[in-house]
Amino acid sequence: MAQKSVELILLRQWASYLTTPIFVAGPDGGLVYYNEAAEELLGRKFDDAGEMPLRDLTRIFEITDELGGALSPEDIPMGVALTEHRPAHRRLRFRALDGPWRIVDVTSFPIEGHDEQHLGAVAIFWETQTE
Amino acid sequence: MKITMWGTRGSLADAGPQTVRYGGNTACVEVRGRDGSILVLDAGTGIRRLGGSLGTGWKRVDILLTHLHMDHIQGLGFFGPLYQAGAEVHIWGPPSPTEDLRSRLGRYMSPPLFPVLIRDLPCELTIHDAPRGSFRIGELEIAADLVCHPGPTVGFRIDEGGTSICYLPDHEPALGVHDFPQEPDWTSGYDLAVGCQLLIHDAQYSEEEYSAYQGWGHSSIEQAVAFATLAGVQKMVTFHHDPSHDDAALDQLVEGVRRNVQLPFSLIAGTEGAAFEIGE
Repeated sequence: MAQKSVELILLRQWASYLTTPIFVAGPDGGLVYYNEAAEELLGRKFDDAGEMPLRDLTRIFEITDELGGALSPEDIPMGVALTEHRPAHRRLRFRALDGPWRIVDVTSFPIEGHDEQHLGAVAIFWETQTE
Repeated sequence: MKITMWGTRGSLADAGPQTVRYGGNTACVEVRGRDGSILVLDAGTGIRRLGGSLGTGWKRVDILLTHLHMDHIQGLGFFGPLYQAGAEVHIWGPPSPTEDLRSRLGRYMSPPLFPVLIRDLPCELTIHDAPRGSFRIGELEIAADLVCHPGPTVGFRIDEGGTSICYLPDHEPALGVHDFPQEPDWTSGYDLAVGCQLLIHDAQYSEEEYSAYQGWGHSSIEQAVAFATLAGVQKMVTFHHDPSHDDAALDQLVEGVRRNVQLPFSLIAGTEGAAFEIGE
């Protein structure tokens, strides 16, 4: 397994210290880490879930827009940050693995390194409602 | 490759009777390729004597800077070849998002910190932002990558016909790893060091000292040894000795590790003047 970039290594360290739920994705769009606060939101520990492609994330958590409309991985903020290399913000609805539907505000931004190296994306979550 | 240590001290030069065995000069290592290529890893105060040792007959010298902290560039203005008309000198260093390497080096190589401007140097000087990835100098294949240390800092791996050395003089690989040293894919510097014959690695602190300096970008000798074990190196040379560690303290650090840890490689205390040959 190839070593992660030092930017991702330090981002994971930073995220692990925060109480705000945070996802970190690598350059190929795969989710490489979410922190303990995000584990509570999703209802699953990262160690149990492991690294996964963004497409699996949207399928497992049944992510929709706030009215229940279907969303493709490219429509969610992290998908935008990864494919279009720009920040994005959106309100989403998803079903946590411990049962409830949750509505969250998500902000995502791309991680851009030296020499225009695209290194991944970060997403930050604010829970607004649990159904 | 022949590797010679011209300065192994970190942070600040510390010359005196208390450091006479390990040396007091700051980071500088010479690497000579089979084809005669001359690399100088960092331009700490050790580079002055290296410059004096080169003599005549060489065609080109390449200085590879890991970062621009003073202990890695302070000797640059005292490197003889810079003052030789027609001498071909290349300087490579980490890129910055805002300024090129020439501009950043110019902050030191200009009054009031230094009397000689870069543009007034008589040698044929080329300054490069080191590309992240691989580049060649003669028959030597160089790989550079960012590593855990404050500010833009790179480490280098140098390969020559199947033999390799790795130079990580300022490095805190335990930072960012939840279960150090168990996760190679999440360990800074791993890809540079894996399987190399000789690793020159930061071992500034004792484990007890490290707890007060976590996040400063340096390692305890125990962490350095754990990193070298993870990377499967054949030899490790300790480097970036703390200026407060005299010869007796450095003996104690290395002997302590040899006594307490089953080492799968040869551990060598980095000593100014020491030389190593690797490969054919």
